[in-house]
Amino acid sequence: MTPLARKRLGKVLLNAAGVLVFLYAVFPVYWMISTGFKENDQIFTTDFIPFPTHFTFDHFARVLTEGVANNSIWLYMRNSAIVALGTVLIGSAFALLSATAIARFRFKGRTTFLILLLVVQMLPAEGLLIPLYMMVKRVGLGDQLIGLIITQVALTLPFAVWMLRTFVAAVPKTLEEAAWIDGAGRMTTFWKVLFPLVAPGLVATSIFSFITAWNDLVFALYLMSGSEGYTMPVALQYFFGQKGVDWGAIMAGSTLMTVPVVIFFLLVQRRMVAGLTAGAVKG
Amino acid sequence: MANTSTVARGAGSSPAPGHRRNKSGRAARPSGMPNWSIPYLLLVPGLLVIAGLLLYPMFQLAVMAFQKVGLAQIRGTRPAEWVGTENFQKILDNEIFWSALRNTVAFAAVAVSLTLIVGTAVGVLLNKLGKKMSLFVVIGCMFAWAVPPVAQGVIWRSLFDAESGIVNWALNLLPDWLAAPPAGQESWTGTPWLNDTIPLYIALTVCVVWAGFPFIAVSVLAGLKGIPAELYEAAKVDGSGAWHTFRKITLPMLKPVFAVLTVLSIIWDFKCFSQLYVLMNGPTNRDGFNLSMYAVAEAFKPPQKLGTGAAISVVLTIILLIITVVYVRQIVKQEEM
Repeated sequence: MTPLARKRLGKVLLNAAGVLVFLYAVFPVYWMISTGFKENDQIFTTDFIPFPTHFTFDHFARVLTEGVANNSIWLYMRNSAIVALGTVLIGSAFALLSATAIARFRFKGRTTFLILLLVVQMLPAEGLLIPLYMMVKRVGLGDQLIGLIITQVALTLPFAVWMLRTFVAAVPKTLEEAAWIDGAGRMTTFWKVLFPLVAPGLVATSIFSFITAWNDLVFALYLMSGSEGYTMPVALQYFFGQKGVDWGAIMAGSTLMTVPVVIFFLLVQRRMVAGLTAGAVKG
Repeated sequence: MANTSTVARGAGSSPAPGHRRNKSGRAARPSGMPNWSIPYLLLVPGLLVIAGLLLYPMFQLAVMAFQKVGLAQIRGTRPAEWVGTENFQKILDNEIFWSALRNTVAFAAVAVSLTLIVGTAVGVLLNKLGKKMSLFVVIGCMFAWAVPPVAQGVIWRSLFDAESGIVNWALNLLPDWLAAPPAGQESWTGTPWLNDTIPLYIALTVCVVWAGFPFIAVSVLAGLKGIPAELYEAAKVDGSGAWHTFRKITLPMLKPVFAVLTVLSIIWDFKCFSQLYVLMNGPTNRDGFNLSMYAVAEAFKPPQKLGTGAAISVVLTIILLIITVVYVRQIVKQEEM
């Protein structure tokens, strides 16, 4: 083989490997969506049916109109949205204040606080669930979405601060100093100078918190005892009925839950990697 | 000009921020809040959340592990009762605890290794691919990464379904010497995957590796991009081969990245809950529990035993904190905070 031919072959093999990785990553997601559009005789078969030949909206229609566990799916979607948005609104405001403190000031205890952030991120949510369950019940917030929101704020805040501080640090301080010299007060400087420049980072952080709260299963599962308070991840479990699994419906339901996350995720992923590996990866 | 700012600056040699205040006083707020207090004021909400909703509950968890906390205590009709180390003795005497510990550790070991291997291979591949192809593959990976854990469980539960699952269908395609059907069966069709512990954890591993490799791949890719090209040029001039270059340049340069990725993966896989919950259809099959599932099942399945659940959680938390120490040290070493 000539060196040129070998090089060309190598390139073909590399690209083929790339396509295989793509298929490996995407196929299960495709399978979820396509099963949602298949007729039952194409779902419950031992054959492999890659494309739904009889396209049907039945499962989606059924999920959206009939619901599950005595409630409409819209209620669960609404609950999920309330919890996720509530977490974002409260969490992001708190995170921005803390991140500004860390990124803009040197003060006693700063390093301790940073290490604290790293450590509490790693605490197992399932462990925190038990005492938080008691606390939430005691203050009478059991079965209420606000109780769930509070726990999600706690779980997302450490990483949100950790991520946001790099965005705050990236805003040149000279801009704020210029505003100071022009006579702007502290609040004005914050709202008119820092905030607009940090906004993209705030969006990225918010999306991260949104996804975490939206995806949570274990807190919603045990803090909410009545089905009116279920979020999507909990409601989905009720499709696995005693009479066998209604795959068409559950795949339709999973698709409905997944779509918002995938969209948000594609918007934010770059920042997330940087935040998680925190300086270990310089990219 | 720097001194005109009342925003305290962080130069290492500077005196305490409070002394750097501009005496002209124009920038000071009318309320006269001293400058040194500002960062602390900003931290108040965040600290309240961390202290009240993370640290205090952790303390509570440790306390509850030594108490009997059942329905009467949840309702508040009876105060919690101190039982000393009874909860710990109970779980240590229970086979389920040991099988859960074994499941947790073995699963984390296998899943983390596989995720790192697959992720690194894909990361290296992405680095070699052309720009467009690389972007195409990365976007594909994003889909696997973005799927919520519950939906991941749903997807793989359907793929591993005994009758209509693709996994059994694919195993039927393979020649018998490669994948013989289980004893006493004509074909793989009808083989349940999710009832027994080992097949269940194979399914869970496949699910978690699939969802976890994109993060590793993208991080490794970023790490590879950060290695200066001069190093490779120098190696080439010195006549170093591809494998030798990989071992002597790429791997050492990526070492910090791998340290963080490994620890993060271990922590995530130790805590794996949602996917397992869906795959095993809720906390039903006790042999298949991992520590998270065991803790939650003890605490919340009637009759509720929150004390025992807390004791299990304490064990899990201690293991995770030890791993976290490694992680924090790695981060602190690299990051100028």
